Amino acid sequence: MDYVKVSYDNKIVKHFAIATVFWGIIGMTVGLWIALELVFPQLNMGVPQLTFGRDRPIHTNAVIFAFVGNGIFMGVYYSLQRLCKARMFNDTLSKIHFWGWQLIIVLAALSLSMGFTTSKEYAELEWPIDILITLIWVVFGINMMGTIMVRRERHIYVGIWFYIATLVTVAMLHIVNSLAIPVSLTKSYSMFGGVQDALVQWWYGHNAVAFFLTTPYLGLMYYFLPKAANRPVYSYKLSIVHFWTLIFLYIWAGPHHLLYTALPHWAQTLGTAFSIMLIAPSWGGMVNGLLTLRGAWDKVREDVVLKFMVVAVTAYGMSTFEGPMLSLKNVNAIGHFTDWIVAHVHVGALGWNGFLTFGILYWLIPRMWRTTIYSKSLANFHFWIGTLGILVYAVPMYWGGFTQALMWKDFNPDGQLTYTFLETSTQLKGMYALRSIGGALYLTGVFMMAYNLFKTASQGSFLANEEVEVPEMPKIYNKQKGENWHRPIERRPIQFMVLALIIVIIGGVVELVPTFLIKSNVPTISSVKPYTPLELQGRDIYVREGCYNCHSQMVRPFRSETERYGEYSKAGEFVYDHPFQWGSKRTGPDLAREGVGWLKKPDSWHYIHMLDPRSLSTGSIMPAYPWLHEDEIDTASTPAKIRVMQKLGVPYEEGYDQIANEDLMKQADAIALSLKTDNIETASNMEIIALIAYLQRLGVDINAETNQQKLEK
Amino acid sequence: MSVIILLIGASILVAGGFLFAFVWSVKSGQFEDDYTPGVRILFDDQKSKTQPNPITKSKK
Repeated sequence: MDYVKVSYDNKIVKHFAIATVFWGIIGMTVGLWIALELVFPQLNMGVPQLTFGRDRPIHTNAVIFAFVGNGIFMGVYYSLQRLCKARMFNDTLSKIHFWGWQLIIVLAALSLSMGFTTSKEYAELEWPIDILITLIWVVFGINMMGTIMVRRERHIYVGIWFYIATLVTVAMLHIVNSLAIPVSLTKSYSMFGGVQDALVQWWYGHNAVAFFLTTPYLGLMYYFLPKAANRPVYSYKLSIVHFWTLIFLYIWAGPHHLLYTALPHWAQTLGTAFSIMLIAPSWGGMVNGLLTLRGAWDKVREDVVLKFMVVAVTAYGMSTFEGPMLSLKNVNAIGHFTDWIVAHVHVGALGWNGFLTFGILYWLIPRMWRTTIYSKSLANFHFWIGTLGILVYAVPMYWGGFTQALMWKDFNPDGQLTYTFLETSTQLKGMYALRSIGGALYLTGVFMMAYNLFKTASQGSFLANEEVEVPEMPKIYNKQKGENWHRPIERRPIQFMVLALIIVIIGGVVELVPTFLIKSNVPTISSVKPYTPLELQGRDIYVREGCYNCHSQMVRPFRSETERYGEYSKAGEFVYDHPFQWGSKRTGPDLAREGVGWLKKPDSWHYIHMLDPRSLSTGSIMPAYPWLHEDEIDTASTPAKIRVMQKLGVPYEEGYDQIANEDLMKQADAIALSLKTDNIETASNMEIIALIAYLQRLGVDINAETNQQKLEK
Repeated sequence: MSVIILLIGASILVAGGFLFAFVWSVKSGQFEDDYTPGVRILFDDQKSKTQPNPITKSKK
C-alpha cells in the first residue's frame, strides 16, 4: 500500500479554540450582567447600551454564535482533517472563515448595543451582517466539502454526516428567516408579517437549536467522546439510524413555540406531533453516548474530560426529554412565557454545549501543545463548580417558573384573579438572585479553565502542522475515453447535491417570496388599520429597545389571561406587523391590550413610568429609559419607512410618504398637549411621545371590532 | 398562512437533499460495514518520520 505524507493544520484549530474561550467569557459575563439587572433594575444607570433589552440579544448571540459557533469550528477543523485523512481544503479559506466570523461577532455586539435589531430572536442582526454571515458560511462550506472531496478514507464517518447536515440546513434557515426589505443600512422590515412572520421565526428559532446547538455537537460527541474514552462508540449502527431520523424530523418542530397563540391550530398540532417523535432520535444519541462508556466508568472517575462529557450527554438527554414534554399543549400552557423555559434552555446550553466544549478543550489543548494538562485538580474543581453552577441556576428558575405560572392562573373564591402581575413578578426576586449566583459560579469555572489552558499551553510546545503518513486511497474509477461531460458530476454526488440545493433555493426564493407573501397580507379583520407614522416610529423604538424580550403581545385564550389582559389575540390583528412582536417571555406583563379597557393608562402615566418605573409600580424590576425623554424622533426616516411598508403591502395611500410627517407632528402635538394638562412639559418631537402613541394604540383596533359587534347585537 | 408554502418548499428541498444523500450513501456502500468505522477513528495516524520533535515533557 502506498503511503502519503499529510500535514494536519493545527493552527486554525488553535485560533478557533482561543476564540471559543474568549467569547465564552464575554458572552457569559453579559449573561451574568443581565441576570443581575433583573435583581437590581437600577444597574443600567440610564444608559441604553447597558439596558436589559439591548444586552439580552448580545448575550444570546454571543453564547450561541460566538462561543458555541467557534467551538463547532474548532472541533470540526480538528476532527474533519483526521477523519478524512486530509489537510483542510484550503488554508486561505480557513483564515477567511476564522477572521470573517470574528468580524461578524464584533459587528454583532456593536450593532446590537446600538439598538440595530430585527427583533427576531437569535436572528436579531440587521441585513448587512446577515449577508456577511451568508458569505462566510459559504466559505466554511466550500472548505469543508472540499476536504471531504479529497478524503483518503472512503467511508464518511457519522460525525461528518452531522457536520454536513448543519452546513446545509443552517444556510437555508438563515436565508429564509432573514428575508427583509431594507429601510437604511441599519434598519429593515421583515418580508413577512404577523402570524406568518411568527411561524417563519420559530421555524428558524427551533432549528437554530436543532442545527446549530445540536447536530454539530452530536458530530463532535461522536468524535471526541470515543477518542477521550479510547473505545468505539457503543453502536455505530444506532448512530447512523438516529442521524437520519433526527434530521428528517427536526425541521417541523418549530410551531411548538407558538402553542395557544393566534397561529392556526393545525400548525400547532403539527409542531407538537413532530416534537414528540423527536424523543426517539434524540435519546438514540444520548444512549449511544452514555453506553460508549459501558465498562469504562472507572475511567470517568479518573478523567476530567470524560466527567465533562458525561454530564454534557446527560444534560442533552434531559433537555431533549423536557423539550417534547413542553411541546404538549397542557404542559406548555403552564411553562410558556415563564422562567421554566429559561431553565430548560440553560440546562441545554450550560450542560450540553458548555460542558462538551470544556471537555473537548481539556482534551485538545494538551494534545496540540504536546504536554499534559497543567493542573488536574483545577480542572476537577472547574467540573464541580460548573455542575453546581448549573444546579444553582436551573433549580431556582424551575421553581420560579412554576410559582409564577400558578400565581398567574390563581383565582380567588369570588372568581377574580388573586394576584396582580406585579405581585407575581416581585415574588421571584429571590429566585433571580439565586440564579445569578449560579451563573457566577459557572463563569468562575470558565475563568479557571482559561487560566489552566493558558498554563498548559505555555508549558508545552505547539505543533502547528502535524505531519502524518496515511495510506493513499486506491482509485476505483478511471476516466474512460469519450465519456459524457456530466460523468464527473455524477461521480461527485455530494458536491452535486449541495450545488443543486443552492441553485434551487436561490431560484425558489427569488420566484416565490415576493409574489405570494405580499398578497397574503389582506386584512381579515376590517377594523384593523395600519399604524400611523408616529405609532410606526414608536413601534421601531419598541423594537430598538428590545421590549419584546420581557413583554409579550399575545393573549392566550385562557380565562386567566382574558381576565387579566382582555380579549384573546386573533391572527387578523397582526397583518401589518413587520416584524411581529409576540415575544416569548413575560418578565413583565403582556402588552397586547395596553391601549384599551382596564389596562389603558393616561399618557402621563407612561411618560413617568418610562422615566422611573418604581415610582408608579413599587418593586417593579423594569429598567428606566430616560434617554427616550431626551432624544428626538428620527423623522427623516419616516418617508422611507412608509415606502417600505407600502412595498410590503400595507395599504398607505399613494404618495403618503411625503405627507406622513405632517400627520406625525399633529398626533405628537396632541400627546404633548395631553401631557401638559398633567403638568408635564415636553417638546412634541421626543422619542417618548412616539412610544406612548404606539403603546396607546395596542389593542385599539380589535376593541373597535368588539364594540361594533356589541352594537349590532 | 401562505408562508407555509415557502417553509414546506424549503424544508422539502433540504429533506430531498438529505434523502438523495441517504440513497447515495446506502448505494455506494457507506453503511455496509457498521463496525470498523467506529473502531478505526481510535487509531492515531502514523507519525511522519520527519516529524521534528516528539512529545515534550512538562517543563516543571
